[in-house]
Amino acid sequence: MSVRLFAHMALTLLLLFAATAARADDEKVVNVYNWSDYVAKDTLEKFTRETGIKVRYDTYGDNEILDAKLMTGQSGYDVVFPSATPFFAQQIKAGIYRPLDRSKIPNAKGVDGDVMTSLTRADPGNLYGLPYMMSATGLGYNVDAINRRMPNAPVDSWRMLFDPAVVSRFKSCGVTLLDTPTEVVPAMLTFMGRDPLEQTPAALDTAMHALAPLRANYRYLNSDKYRSDLASGDTCLAHGYIGDLVQVRARARESKAANKPNIAIVIPKEGAMVNIDVMAIPADAPHPDAAHAFINFLLRPDIIADITNAVGYANAVNASLQYISPEIKNDPVIYPPADIKARLFSALPPAPPGFDRQRTRAWTKFRTDRQ
Amino acid sequence: MTAGRAKLDWGRRAVLTLPFVWLLAFFLLPFIIVAAISLAESRVGIPPYVPLFDWTQGGVWPASHASLDNFVQLFQDDLYVDAYLHSLSVAGISTAICLLIGYPMALAIARAAPARRGPLLMLVVLPFWTSFLIRVYAWMGILKDEGLLNSLLQGLGLIDQPLVILNTDLAIYIGIVYSYLPFMILPLYATLERQDPALLEAAADLGARPWRAFLSVTLPLSLPGIVAGTLVVFIPAVGEYVIPDLLGGSGSNMLGKALWDVFAMSRDWPTAAALAVAMLAALVLPLGLLNRLQRRLEPAEEGA
Repeated sequence: MSVRLFAHMALTLLLLFAATAARADDEKVVNVYNWSDYVAKDTLEKFTRETGIKVRYDTYGDNEILDAKLMTGQSGYDVVFPSATPFFAQQIKAGIYRPLDRSKIPNAKGVDGDVMTSLTRADPGNLYGLPYMMSATGLGYNVDAINRRMPNAPVDSWRMLFDPAVVSRFKSCGVTLLDTPTEVVPAMLTFMGRDPLEQTPAALDTAMHALAPLRANYRYLNSDKYRSDLASGDTCLAHGYIGDLVQVRARARESKAANKPNIAIVIPKEGAMVNIDVMAIPADAPHPDAAHAFINFLLRPDIIADITNAVGYANAVNASLQYISPEIKNDPVIYPPADIKARLFSALPPAPPGFDRQRTRAWTKFRTDRQ
Repeated sequence: MTAGRAKLDWGRRAVLTLPFVWLLAFFLLPFIIVAAISLAESRVGIPPYVPLFDWTQGGVWPASHASLDNFVQLFQDDLYVDAYLHSLSVAGISTAICLLIGYPMALAIARAAPARRGPLLMLVVLPFWTSFLIRVYAWMGILKDEGLLNSLLQGLGLIDQPLVILNTDLAIYIGIVYSYLPFMILPLYATLERQDPALLEAAADLGARPWRAFLSVTLPLSLPGIVAGTLVVFIPAVGEYVIPDLLGGSGSNMLGKALWDVFAMSRDWPTAAALAVAMLAALVLPLGLLNRLQRRLEPAEEGA
């Protein structure tokens, strides 16, 4: 987080100038602000070739960076890709976005209906956003290290992380949690058999009470570090984003180290959160027409299939499946089978006023292990 | 004559104005903005706080009432009070270790043959040629369970089990001391190098053993350097964010991280701003004390 923060601080200054300059020109350009490594190599080039619209493309590594920039206003961007939970939901409430003109996005009708429905919790009426890429949150683990410590570990369950009798066995080889209450609290509520989407002080209390005694089992809470540590074998069990974990697994496989870890990934059977990154247009976007054209282009089945093939995230355009490579299409953690899919949930509604503050406080308290 | 003098005055004034303009533009103004946000009320909107002044109505009108609620809330919450105390103690301990390591090094360099001082100082500054982040990452490689340090110690047969250092408070101290040590050595060297060796000879003539001479001559005379080095290390260490994040085990309740949580997780800019203002206030006190101490020491140095 911090490393990227510094790089992005410097970038922000530059972009501020770029964006101010951009506002003056005509509609033949679109200012895109997307996650790093989140398009195929030739996506932007193809778009410019087909439409004549130039793409000014900048990337970020954290929702927080995007949020801070949007919340200050006049970011100069035309298309951004916030995560539905909790960012997109809160940003809509703050009035950051412009309603999408669906007549300019004909490809939107190819988007999966269930995904659109789940997005309505964050975006009532689906007015402001369309889904781009999706990835569940799950567990990545080092197969040998886990087997050695617990031969028949319940690897397909949140028990790995939240059952004190199980997780304590893995403490010695390194267990890590995402540093985000909006991931960990719903996961804990799922594990306890409660409604993961519930955002009330009572539900928060219940989850935090269950988490507090487990804290000593987690080596650290961080949403970045776990990737390199799991890939190098320094940790053995990580709560993480499946999209990231898939890259960790690939990196570990390609490693030439003699004792390279064998990484497996699961979506816990009790159910898990799906993160949906949406495409949205800021209210003060300088080139709204170009922005609509860009979103429409990205939703074209062959284009979004290229992107899925390149980045390893699932998309919500059903007709794109035919273009997706078999190893991605058949990977149960990228495109989960029906029984798992039925237990996935996504898009927490925006937190009620004051709840955010309460949750952050409880989280800081948990992270720093103060009871 | 008079024309030349006027020109000199003008030039001198320009030189003096420049740092003030710099401080005004890049320290005072941003600070006032942060302080204003800290008095505002949080809301859901752009910006995520109610601005204290309304610029839209033509002229500047107070749009809402400033309140100290954010500060009151901070001091009522033991979590944030604890973050202050913890940050101050981490910075204090790190500074003390820097001083303990840095002082002998600065002294050794100052007492080295003049031809060697340059290269030795160069070695102190050399790490700056690599990016700070890369050096912190390198420490991760050294300190981790199967890292350089543990492999070495295990290879030598000194330990059976790897020492768990990475992701603990110890790693934070190592990181901070390593990163800030040059800032301690340089001001210490500057004062030690200026000391007249004749003073020590005089002490010896009067029968003082080396240790005694150090305690009553060298050490007191180097106090300005100690104060300067302490300030330069302590102040940034209090707000340190990167080192605890990368090397620490996230169990350390430090201000930088607490501030990030409030700012980014709950998007509560006013409370985050209040934290930042309070942090500055918490620093101004020890800084003021040290500054007074330094001023009292300076005439003594000139007298010597």
